[in-house]
Amino acid sequence: MKDLSTYAASIRSKVIQLSHQARTPHLGSSLSCADLIVALYKSHLRIDPQNAQDPTRDRFFLSKGHAVTTLYAVLAKQGFFPESELDQTYAEPGSRLPEHPSRNCVPGIEASTGSLGHGLGLATGVALANRIQNIDAKTFALLSDGECNEGSIWEAAMTAAALQLPKLCAIVDVNKWQATGRSAEVLALEPLHEKFASFGWETHRIDGHDFAAIDKALSSFPHPSGKPTAIIADTIKGKGVSFMEDDNNWHYRIPNADEVIAANKELGLA
Amino acid sequence: MRNAFAQEIEKLAQDDPRIILLSGDIGNRLFDSFKERFPERFINCGVAEANMVGMAAGLAMAGMRPVIYTIASFLIYRPYEQLRLDVGYHGLPVCIVGVGGGLSYASNGATHHALEDIAVMRAIPGMQVLNAGDAWEVRAGLADALRSEKPCYLRIGKKREPLVHTEAISQPLLGRCISLGDGKQAALLASGNLLPHAAEARQLLSARGTSISLFSSPSVHPLDTELLETLFESGQPIFILEEHNRNGGLGTATLEWANDQGLDTRQLIRIGTPNTFIHRTTTQQDSRETCGLTAQDIADKIHSRLRQEANPT
Repeated sequence: MKDLSTYAASIRSKVIQLSHQARTPHLGSSLSCADLIVALYKSHLRIDPQNAQDPTRDRFFLSKGHAVTTLYAVLAKQGFFPESELDQTYAEPGSRLPEHPSRNCVPGIEASTGSLGHGLGLATGVALANRIQNIDAKTFALLSDGECNEGSIWEAAMTAAALQLPKLCAIVDVNKWQATGRSAEVLALEPLHEKFASFGWETHRIDGHDFAAIDKALSSFPHPSGKPTAIIADTIKGKGVSFMEDDNNWHYRIPNADEVIAANKELGLA
Repeated sequence: MRNAFAQEIEKLAQDDPRIILLSGDIGNRLFDSFKERFPERFINCGVAEANMVGMAAGLAMAGMRPVIYTIASFLIYRPYEQLRLDVGYHGLPVCIVGVGGGLSYASNGATHHALEDIAVMRAIPGMQVLNAGDAWEVRAGLADALRSEKPCYLRIGKKREPLVHTEAISQPLLGRCISLGDGKQAALLASGNLLPHAAEARQLLSARGTSISLFSSPSVHPLDTELLETLFESGQPIFILEEHNRNGGLGTATLEWANDQGLDTRQLIRIGTPNTFIHRTTTQQDSRETCGLTAQDIADKIHSRLRQEANPT
């Protein structure tokens, strides 16, 4: 688990650096889901970086596409594409690495996301296709809590439960903020785990920064009940950097050079 | 047309195990035979169109060939962003079948009228758009759409529409018009469920000594540019008929193309529904009368235009 923490710290550092150099927002959202994405790619997803189109692979949909720098950083570190490309070209005109991901822009990006509410429907379709084609693979969609404002998420939740797709897993990064307010106040979001449970899902509510808890929840999936699994992960927006944590200004703010140095120091990378 | 769709999709599914049919909680009994033969490949997606489209895109990503089916007005307007992004942006081979195109469901009110569907679907980059004129075009269009391996919107009518073609269509529909009779003074291109009216209008004109050529033009995108070039070159008036808002349909698509080519667009006359909601309690026939879309109306419009050209004031 210590290895994962160190790995996640390096991802956070990269994400902060990318935001600084390309002047792209959504840093708080990228930091809140970093541990979840790290745990998935380091310990659970069965995807060969050298054969990222293998039809029998597990699939991960980053439905909250605005947090893609975290996914880019992990994919690069895992060997899906060169890390130097990320460092040198992220969000530059003509780059393969846009601010919101486009399907197959680099190996490992399954879908074009950036508009919220799409990833769970796509993942439901993939999970159904795998069952019909007898492909033994898992399908994951990572959502934001604000994203659960979208009706399409709940359409997909009812559909996946009706279709009994046990190999479908929704992970909700509950960082408690959306763009302009507290998620639980903007719409009546909570209790989110009870909502998913009542929609027919096997549900876990965990600390989304506790690698042991993340591993336990992911290891109990797929559930023998035949239900799809929802992991409601409580996280902190801006996690890992004290002056960003739970401060929603970092939904849009860009860190300056001094803030990058301070953040790296806190992450143990100075 | 919907019975033809149900029969054809079952036939195609027999030969292609990748085909899966998704319905938006309509087609009671219509798909009984399909469901019995391919229970794993029929999904009632409920009244949740956005998810139906998203799920279809996911199915296509994972190698299936989804065909999604519900009432055109619900299929296109509600989940438009899913159509644009999940299907269009990803360029996935999803066949989007809207039943009850145009005024097929006129009596159900404007909630059920699909008169702007073609305008918005042809605006999605890479989206092929077919508007079927009879049951034979439904069959050919469905096969064509699936063969194309690209996103395609297929707009069909409802039931008991008269047949215009006398046998199965062997030519491709995408990007091709079908000639249904020669003529000298003008060309009439009919797209979709007004095709039988167009054929009748041609006969009415013939009885009045006016000779026009008639083409069925199911393909809104891509256009049959080869035919259009020939027609523009002839200098004849070209009438484009569709049960769709005059703004944005095949007529507009043709105008845009002609303008891009530097052609004289005054030759082109669009006949369709006005840019208004229909509040009147109505039937399909009544609304066609109100909108000036009966065979007689069409013949009169063409006749009057030709007279105007012959005797300019």
